[in-house]
Amino acid sequence: MQTTTHHQPTTSPEIGGVGHSIPRVEDARFVQGAGNYLDDVNLPGMLHMAILRSPVAHANLVSIDSSAAMELDGVLAVVTGELMAAHNLAWMPTLSGDTQAVLATDKVRYQGQEVACVIATDRYIAEDALRLIDVEYEELEPITNPQRSLEADAPLIRTDKEDVTDNVSFTWEAGDQAATDAAFARASKVVSLETHYPRSHPSPLETCGIVADVNPATGQATIYMTSQAPHAHRTLFALVAGLPEQNIRIISPDIGGGFGNKVPIYPGYVVATAASLLIGLPVKWVESRTENLISTGFGRDYYMTGSLALDDDGRILGLRTDLLADQGAFYSDAQPTKFRAGLFHIVTGSYDFAAAHVTAKGAFTNKAPGGVAYRCSFRVTEASYLIERLIQNAAYEIGMDPAEFRRINFIQPDQFPYTSPTGFIYDSGDYETAMQKAMDMVGYDELRAEQAAAREEGRLVGIGMASFTEVVGAGPAHTYDIAGLKMFDSAELRVHPTGKAILKLGVKTQGQGHETTFAQIVAEELGIPATDIAVMHGDTDNTPYGLGTYASRSTPVGGGATAMVARKLRDKARKIAAHLLEASPEDLEWEPGKFSVAGSPDASVTIQDIAFAAYTNHPEDEEAGLEGVHYYNPPNMTYPFGTYIVVVDLDSDTGVWTVRRMVAVDDCGVRINPMIVDGQIHGGLTEGFAKANMQWITFDDDGNCIGSNFMDYLVPTAWETPRFELGETVTPSPHHPIGAKGVGESATVGSPAAFVNAVIDAVAHLGVRNIDMPVLPDRVWKAIQNA
Amino acid sequence: MQININVNGTDHSLDVEPRRLLVDAIRGDLGLRGTHIGCDTTSCGACTVLVDGTPIKSCTMFAVQADGSAVTTVEGLKGADGLSAVQQGFSAEHGLQCGFCTPGMMLVSTALLEENPDPSEDDIRWAISGNICRCTGYVNIVKAVQWAAAAARNGGEEG
Amino acid sequence: MYPPAFEYQAPDTLEGALAALAELGDEGRVLAGGQSLIPMMKLRLAAPSHLVDINRISELSYVRRENGSLCIGALARHNDVVGSADAKASGVVSSAAPWISDPLVRNRGTVCGSVAHCDPEGDWNSVMLAARASVVAQSSSGSRTIGIDDFIVSFFTNSLEPGEMVTAVCVPIPSGASGGAYMKLERKIGDYATVGVATQLELASDGTIAQAGIGLTAVNYQNTRASAAEDLLRGETPSDELFAEAGAAAAAASDPQTDVRGDAEWKRNVVAVYTRRGLAQALASATS
Repeated sequence: MQTTTHHQPTTSPEIGGVGHSIPRVEDARFVQGAGNYLDDVNLPGMLHMAILRSPVAHANLVSIDSSAAMELDGVLAVVTGELMAAHNLAWMPTLSGDTQAVLATDKVRYQGQEVACVIATDRYIAEDALRLIDVEYEELEPITNPQRSLEADAPLIRTDKEDVTDNVSFTWEAGDQAATDAAFARASKVVSLETHYPRSHPSPLETCGIVADVNPATGQATIYMTSQAPHAHRTLFALVAGLPEQNIRIISPDIGGGFGNKVPIYPGYVVATAASLLIGLPVKWVESRTENLISTGFGRDYYMTGSLALDDDGRILGLRTDLLADQGAFYSDAQPTKFRAGLFHIVTGSYDFAAAHVTAKGAFTNKAPGGVAYRCSFRVTEASYLIERLIQNAAYEIGMDPAEFRRINFIQPDQFPYTSPTGFIYDSGDYETAMQKAMDMVGYDELRAEQAAAREEGRLVGIGMASFTEVVGAGPAHTYDIAGLKMFDSAELRVHPTGKAILKLGVKTQGQGHETTFAQIVAEELGIPATDIAVMHGDTDNTPYGLGTYASRSTPVGGGATAMVARKLRDKARKIAAHLLEASPEDLEWEPGKFSVAGSPDASVTIQDIAFAAYTNHPEDEEAGLEGVHYYNPPNMTYPFGTYIVVVDLDSDTGVWTVRRMVAVDDCGVRINPMIVDGQIHGGLTEGFAKANMQWITFDDDGNCIGSNFMDYLVPTAWETPRFELGETVTPSPHHPIGAKGVGESATVGSPAAFVNAVIDAVAHLGVRNIDMPVLPDRVWKAIQNA
Repeated sequence: MQININVNGTDHSLDVEPRRLLVDAIRGDLGLRGTHIGCDTTSCGACTVLVDGTPIKSCTMFAVQADGSAVTTVEGLKGADGLSAVQQGFSAEHGLQCGFCTPGMMLVSTALLEENPDPSEDDIRWAISGNICRCTGYVNIVKAVQWAAAAARNGGEEG
Repeated sequence: MYPPAFEYQAPDTLEGALAALAELGDEGRVLAGGQSLIPMMKLRLAAPSHLVDINRISELSYVRRENGSLCIGALARHNDVVGSADAKASGVVSSAAPWISDPLVRNRGTVCGSVAHCDPEGDWNSVMLAARASVVAQSSSGSRTIGIDDFIVSFFTNSLEPGEMVTAVCVPIPSGASGGAYMKLERKIGDYATVGVATQLELASDGTIAQAGIGLTAVNYQNTRASAAEDLLRGETPSDELFAEAGAAAAAASDPQTDVRGDAEWKRNVVAVYTRRGLAQALASATS
């Protein structure tokens, strides 16, 4: 596909189709404080739940005495694992094929695990009651890292699983080992990197929560839930609770940020629903920030080693990586069944070479479960980080500028579709154009000159780059499923008689602006002004089935469905237009919003005229109405890419580094609403900066979570966050109906390596090749001291 | 305890436990749900309101302490002429995504512009540094405040 | 998060507050800005049975000069110091004020509350050590002045008696040329100091150092005076070498812990660097 600097809209600003930065329709309610988030849902008679969590990381559960808590005024129930077990609800299936404790019955496996729940008339009372529950634990050795977990004498964490004799949660392999061995055998240089991508938490500003309202008379369960995937969650609820699926309605209201955190099903959801069923009143549970950070879906925590084989000219011959994931106590995050390590599709990056071999192993530890949340497209983040770090180190090793090294190794535009050595097919790309644009924007050559001069003066300046390739839009049904559910997505569109439309989606926004962008896709395809199109999502009773919004899949999959359903309607509209114009459908020409007879431009009807006719004067051989649904099965994933360049100044006395410039050139194919795309990139870049700089969760040797609140889990404010300079190139996806690729995660995937590479670059002349994230000043200072 | 607070120009009399946080009184007792809760530790600013014109975190003040005070929440930003310049600016410059931090951000921005009608980018970033946004990377929030400042200077029209 | 229940009163005079505290003894706890206490209550790390809220005692809300001192009343918010012209009389105080927590916390939290809290990661007590402050403590039976070194007892422990409260903290205004600086290494706005160094210099007419104050944050179990470093400086002519020596002496007075904010050896190094840089900045403002 041709790469251009910008996509020119084909519709007028009044229609506001693809390429127009129209304001978001969501904003009106949010700027007036009139959003409807989960905690804003209040129902008559509603009770409140609070959860007692394990203070220890690994222990046998000896006894629970809740008698004092039960005596507190306002307490209706204390739910324990024993009670849940009596209803066969002590364990639940996860979205990655494991089972997870709802409330502990046998032992606790991480600090923060759910042990008991109090149901009370008021949250303050529920919290008081938690302190009155007496739990006796018999402590076991906590396993706080995956290396220990895999040792032969390590205690077994998953004693709940029959036939399980070790702490391995998965093994995964891709690529060709023999070919890779051969590539390394003929290499003139091998460059290796061993690094840890630390545990990070999405921590959306709104925590997770539920209001479960089960009507005991009818069995109807209306469940308000912070859910990025309400349809999949309904199915899981039906399977977990044994409720008939038609009796479950999940409503995901406005979501205050998700980033993958709101994909898994959490034990609190199950207990609140069970409590509502048993008590017969609605039950609300909203996490505290601490609960969110210590128990819900995290991202990363991968120990990674990688090696690149190079020839004399600096060409890459092969890649070998071995990865060890710290999975936590359960395998509980959403994960495509066939890719147990996450989608390491793009671990070979933007580079053309023949051989790669990837192995990965997951290990259970006594930590909160998860691993694939957080703007990472199922762990593409780690893969991108590893290859982009390796690339820079390889350039140093062969004495070539990192940009030049990239240039000679890039996959070339004429090689697309490109089959990678791990067997995935990149749809389109033009890596050099994006890199050159970023280099021009930042003034790369001048910066290199300045860097050299600064070193002479004893100042440290670093220039880091990442020319990442992402993979988003899971995915084709032949390859991708979660818990057996194929990863298609859906859209249902009805145009009303007055020409106004309603679009219903299987995906669900958490702030990405679906209500605006998806209307623009319809506007593009039907010529109906975007402002005339209402978008509904998040209510399982009123939207078509879909897998939800995560892994940047809304635009590639839900967006595809939207374009396709609009095209179905346009096909029907053509027939109605032919009927109205008394012409043959083949003789009609389409321009946005109007059909006209070829050669007689005055003989035309608007889409609004057609919509009216669909209900008032439709052709006899057609059904009335202008309505349709489309389940879109994408033919392939999409592969956004870009180049990020970071410039840092480093204080060698303290190790403190500050970002002077950050240039980000993204190519996510055709941009539907450029303003919204830029916003997604800004947010993702900030996450990349945060992880490189300060934001991580770690544990002490006893398994205590360090990073259990926003005083220890540091998320950057406006003051520390760099000022970003954005650029774009446009290489459409050849297989997506409107050429779009998805962008929600690109910046989080691509930018951490750029920040870390910049710091490494500032001290590379001293021989430093790695500092693990977060690149804390003490780590930098020590690296300099030890150089 | 019986307390009297004026919220967004309306007097309210409430009977609250001393331990009840101001944010819970605003959200629960008064039903003004635009004020949000994002953390437990006075870190995030989602609960920001103006108490007698000064932005504070309403999760770190007891409702009884607001007895006799005038409180402004996001619901009070809209004037007789419609959305305030700050509210318009946040929409015009895409200064919000999920909207959860937005009320707090708009209230500190409103207080900033009251004090400093022509803030620099540093002034804005400094003023909003007690408020966390997880979506926007702050770039467009800064622009939104600049938009509002320009609009105010030009008598309501964008500058 | 939801704090535990407590009894509450909000007297509108100092006498009323002192009477309440006298009656409550160990049970009573002063609620000033609440920006540390309320989060601790919400996390249920603190559960006072009775709070005496002093926020209605407007007579305690001041930042002013009194008898050659800069005095900060118990109800003065951090931000009152940021905006105070009088506070500029103490270089180290005015340098530190903008870096306390975040803008919203500064609108509510009080200097005296912070001083009384004795959190070793808190900034103000290092500043007060450098500025050689005195704490004014009052009870229903009278008032006393406690030097800051005696006021800070240990980790979260001050030398107040039951029934006493801090009503003001006062720092002497140097008579000669003076300057001060607070150097804070924090990873983000609102974070605690990873390392903080407060420095204050007063120069004699001949340009030698008449008095030096150095207070250290987050590198010991309490905010610490770097006495040996101060002794090194006093009477000497300022120079880069001298400041580097003082930095080394301050580092030697530090016994930081290795934690997620950084390694102990590195923190000691930062104390040395920040002491040196802080003294240079203090000197620059004293001589400008």
